[in-house]
Amino acid sequence: MNEEARRVINLMEPGHTGCAGCGQAIAARLVIKAAGPRVIVANATGCLEVYTTTYPRSSWEVPWIHSLFENAAAVAAGMEVTLKAMGRYEGIKIIAQAGDGGTADIGMGCISGMFERGHDILYVCYDNEGYMNTGYQRSGLTPLGARTTTSPPGRLSYGNRTRKKNMPMIAVAHGVPYVATATVSEPRDLMRKVQRALEIEGPKYLHILVPCVPGWGYESELTVELARLAVETNLFPLFEVENGVITKVKKPKETRPVEDYLRPQRRFAHLFRPGGEEILDELRRIAEENSRLEPGPVRLFGPTGSKS
Amino acid sequence: MRAILEGSKAVAEAVRLCRPNLVCAYPITPQTHIVEELSRMVAEGSLDAGFVLAESEFGAASVVLGGSAVGGRAYTATSSQGLLLMVEVIFNIAGLRLPVVMTCANRAVSAPINIWNDQQDSVSIRDSGWIQLYVEDNQEAVDTHIQAFRIAEELMIPVMVCMDGYVLTHTVEPVDLPEQEEVDRFLPPYRPKYRLDPDDPFTMGAMVGPEAYMETRYHLHMDMMEARSVIRRVAEEYAESFGRYHGGLVEAYDVEGADVVLVSMGSLLGTMREAVEELREEGLKVGLLKIRCFRPFPKEAIHDALKGVGVVGVIEKDVSLGLEGTLCSEMRAAFCGEESPEISSFVMGLGGRDITVEEIKQVARELAADPACRVEFRGLKEELLRGDEG
Repeated sequence: MNEEARRVINLMEPGHTGCAGCGQAIAARLVIKAAGPRVIVANATGCLEVYTTTYPRSSWEVPWIHSLFENAAAVAAGMEVTLKAMGRYEGIKIIAQAGDGGTADIGMGCISGMFERGHDILYVCYDNEGYMNTGYQRSGLTPLGARTTTSPPGRLSYGNRTRKKNMPMIAVAHGVPYVATATVSEPRDLMRKVQRALEIEGPKYLHILVPCVPGWGYESELTVELARLAVETNLFPLFEVENGVITKVKKPKETRPVEDYLRPQRRFAHLFRPGGEEILDELRRIAEENSRLEPGPVRLFGPTGSKS
Repeated sequence: MRAILEGSKAVAEAVRLCRPNLVCAYPITPQTHIVEELSRMVAEGSLDAGFVLAESEFGAASVVLGGSAVGGRAYTATSSQGLLLMVEVIFNIAGLRLPVVMTCANRAVSAPINIWNDQQDSVSIRDSGWIQLYVEDNQEAVDTHIQAFRIAEELMIPVMVCMDGYVLTHTVEPVDLPEQEEVDRFLPPYRPKYRLDPDDPFTMGAMVGPEAYMETRYHLHMDMMEARSVIRRVAEEYAESFGRYHGGLVEAYDVEGADVVLVSMGSLLGTMREAVEELREEGLKVGLLKIRCFRPFPKEAIHDALKGVGVVGVIEKDVSLGLEGTLCSEMRAAFCGEESPEISSFVMGLGGRDITVEEIKQVARELAADPACRVEFRGLKEELLRGDEG
């Protein structure tokens, strides 16, 4: 094959087996495009790993490793320290990436260790709000009221009983110098945040909302639209935190009612039947809370002496 | 250089001599003195390695995995519960063919929680794809760590050096520490066959389905089998360079013409040597077989060593609950389809219970009187079994 034909078009190449309309595939391609070719990626077990590296094919044009579900942050930490010790770190960036389960549930210990020790790593969480690779089970980042296969609505249930675990603030509480949220309806914003993160030395946390066609239950052409609606309803606020200070909040130009986001998704269909109103009210309250997010110091307290 | 050192410190010195690029660990008794000593070396600048204090043993194993994947020489140490917490990563390191070296300071596993020595921890993960070498004393611990990096990097298979917790880790003995230049000659810098590098992108750890998974496991198995000759050769080369040899795969002692041969792994061999000498003085011809390499299992070497032996007693500090001592099962399997000696299992010393010279002599005497194959626990306290106490 000549050099021209072999030229890399995307650092995460097409031809993978992700679902049509997969939000995570869009986000992951944007992340690696923004990061450029001088990166090494540690990827957790999950959809992204499965659909991009089914042997003998790989979508990755960058060095990439998958070890286990819960250890991407620790594997990345080992790479960073070793490359530095060997004098081979210059000009290399390290990214650890995982889904919401691999981040906020099973991976929490390794992530906390990586944050606390201050490794120079960008950690990206692709949040599709459930264990989608294993068939749409509930995770610690599944939103209130959502139906999953392990939080089904029923005579005694209106779906998931808990709010999303606040991963960005958990990162801020570790003293992580750059924390941001992003989604696929704002690709330029997403890529800018990746680039900003990679300019900063130390741990970085980027939390990306990625709609999931089969898990959320919507038509595949609506992925980007749903991401936009998540922001416009204030259910997924876009912000950046640098050194404990909220530096930017990307407010929607026009705020939409939460129903606009919830209705197209089958995982919330039961909320529009009798009895769902209480959960809807709570979701409205969450959106209302989020809408008040403004730049300024994050108010943390406690023995860690936060930078706010 | 001759030095009088605690086992843990001697191991730390050996690790430093191997010039690792990454050391990572999480403290657990009785491994702690090893990582404390390495921490001290890093703090005073005598060990130039990346150094990570992980948030758990699971994290520690994952960190060395990452370090090895980018082409670094990576080391960690653990024990007991820590090793069990690492298990998922342990299998992964072997499957990814990363030549990590680890010390296991052998300790009993919970419950009941017990911090003292037996070998249940490492024996329980024999199927993980790691080479397991058991050492008898602190000099062998030093020498085996230096050999371990050579073996691991030649085969791209991780090596676990198993040393009895407390019995070795906390015991002060004279050891010969090789000079740095000698070790550098024996163990050249690690040149990985593959590593993660932006100049040559490479996907490691892909999803492999039924169409190719089995072949990858077969390759690892065959390379493990091949490892036997590499372990033997490296031990011989080490002897040429440093003048010390502790056996390749096994070491036979007074086996020829023996009425009974006792088999074990690790520091117990020292006590057993004493028992054998006393028995010989009493007129009972007893031999010893030290299993130095437990994985890969040295089937042929055991055959050769036990040629013509009729009665074998395996004394070990682990048990496969519901069967017998694990080493004993494997010894039996080694004679499958061939004329086999009578091989009996003696489970002893669990959770740090002392094993005395007299108890070992008693096992040998009883086997000489009645060679019939059996499974027994030795050193049990009758009063506790009856429930009189506790």
